[in-house]
Amino acid sequence: MSFVTNFPLFTIVLSLFSGVLCYLLKGKAARKYTFIYEIVLIVMVGAVLVYTYREGGSFTYVMGEFPAPWGNEIRAGVLESVMALLFLVVMRCSLSAGYRFVETDIDESKTSLYYSLINLMTAALMAIIWTNDLFTGYVFVEILTLTSCGILIVRELGRTTLAAVRYMILNLLGSGLFLLGVVLLYNLTGNLLMVPMQQVIAELAEDPAVMPVLTMAVGILTIGLSIKSGLFPFHYWMPDTYGWATPASASILSSLVSKAYIFLLFKIYYRVIGIQVFVRMPIRDILLVLGICGIVAGSVNAIRANNINRMVAFSSAAQIGYIYMGIGLGGIIGYSAALFHIMAHALTKSQLFLTTPRLAEVSGDSLKFKELQGSALRDRDAGVFFTLAALSMIGIPIFAGFASKLQFGLAAAENASMVKLVMVMLALAVSSMLNALYFIRTVIRIYAEDPRKDVRAHHRSGYNVPMLVLTAGNLFLGLFSWVAVNLLQTGLGMFS
Amino acid sequence: MIEHLLINNEEAAAIILFGIGFTMLLFQRNLIKKLIGMNIMDSGVFLFLASMGYIEGRKAPIIVDGVQETAAYINPVPAGLVLTGIVVSVSVTAVMLSLAVRLYKRYHTLDLDVIYVLSKHQMEDR
Repeated sequence: MSFVTNFPLFTIVLSLFSGVLCYLLKGKAARKYTFIYEIVLIVMVGAVLVYTYREGGSFTYVMGEFPAPWGNEIRAGVLESVMALLFLVVMRCSLSAGYRFVETDIDESKTSLYYSLINLMTAALMAIIWTNDLFTGYVFVEILTLTSCGILIVRELGRTTLAAVRYMILNLLGSGLFLLGVVLLYNLTGNLLMVPMQQVIAELAEDPAVMPVLTMAVGILTIGLSIKSGLFPFHYWMPDTYGWATPASASILSSLVSKAYIFLLFKIYYRVIGIQVFVRMPIRDILLVLGICGIVAGSVNAIRANNINRMVAFSSAAQIGYIYMGIGLGGIIGYSAALFHIMAHALTKSQLFLTTPRLAEVSGDSLKFKELQGSALRDRDAGVFFTLAALSMIGIPIFAGFASKLQFGLAAAENASMVKLVMVMLALAVSSMLNALYFIRTVIRIYAEDPRKDVRAHHRSGYNVPMLVLTAGNLFLGLFSWVAVNLLQTGLGMFS
Repeated sequence: MIEHLLINNEEAAAIILFGIGFTMLLFQRNLIKKLIGMNIMDSGVFLFLASMGYIEGRKAPIIVDGVQETAAYINPVPAGLVLTGIVVSVSVTAVMLSLAVRLYKRYHTLDLDVIYVLSKHQMEDR
């Protein structure tokens, strides 16, 4: 075994350790440490990706050398590595583009706590991606919930506290259901590791008396995680949560935290239930319908929003709908389309949430559309980056948004019935139109004639580079989507 | 149907508790009552796990008198899961209570609907 196989565990353990360390450091030192540490993590995960791709297979890391039905395991393959790499890059970019806002939004004595929470959150994200044990998954889901609540309330406004309470209540409902689902599956299978669980479930699924119970357990798990990730009709907490957090937190919450829950759900379908058993359950069709409802509802709400952050947040609800639609379509193309959209959306949405506060800053600290008029002329960098991300959200070719819409269309044409095909195509058409409506409206607004020509943006170092990285990732996914899709499908091949 | 529920009375009670807690967490307007609901919900799951790990007449898997066959012992994993779950539940409750304190200091009420209306009128609304 190569030394690289230790890296997945290192990413979790070192992040937990860094969380404690950052608490002890002073604010500025904690920030510098976290920035360097995230780069180290990116290098480690990159090494794991190269290793698994070269070896053409995944590896299982058995902690404490207790063999399979006992013990706890970590598993790394191409898919997990790609996701971990994406999460870390987006997190690093959000932090370095947003740290100036962290300084102004948060009391100086609490800055080190913020980076402490960020490190704990990294540990939770990494653990959810790598783990091969369902209960470990639950524990880290709870850690992720608590840390995301933490990075939300560090900005001490009344509204953020209220938003955090509402966010936590829904998340707790989700966690409760998820725990119940895990316990029911444990009751049925007697295992918590994913591989033995899948073997037992494959046998159980042959029994027509057990299948309804199994479906119920998976249904409860699905409801739990879809509440947490904000699938329609549980999307209404998004605008308050994302709109009031400090920009780096909003970007991390919208592009990473909700995606981690979806990735865990995906992992459960693939590795615990087994995709052959899962396609026999009616859950898929429900997810497809709810996904499409989410796309339409999110877009309509975004059009009605009077505030740019609310608009972007509601558009997140629509994008979550896309991902669930991909899972609902099924087939390897459908799943890879869903995963591709996770990547595309993570890169685009973080960019949007990091540009809107700068536009607001030069508009008298207001996020209202009326005040934002001409803001892109006052802050040219933010305007350009906002426009690029908006074009990707609409689905203009050469951007990632277009490539993922194409993938969804292909998946629907490949393996959906006529009814589903029509539904999906209609949803794609309608949502592209609505997206274009509200994003182009916003872009025109921010480039409209400038009512306050005297205001100019402060130059902020360290902002353009991370934004350029995000844009480059976006363009790469758009222009060379086949590379990413190929990688994801290779990963999916090793996944089951 | 009823006999099944009576035989598995612990599981039935657990699911009923879960349902009570879940609806409280969802529909109560008072934040403290919501948190009580959350704890009831978690207790339901823990009861379910604990009853799964208990078989009458069997002992905890600690070998004292040389009995080695598995039929004499219970599975200790569910008890471990309950412990982990309780730790998680306690920490979540602590965080939520601290949030409740913060909200109460600011708005002088724990009724979430009232707080929502109050927060709408604040100057923070950008």
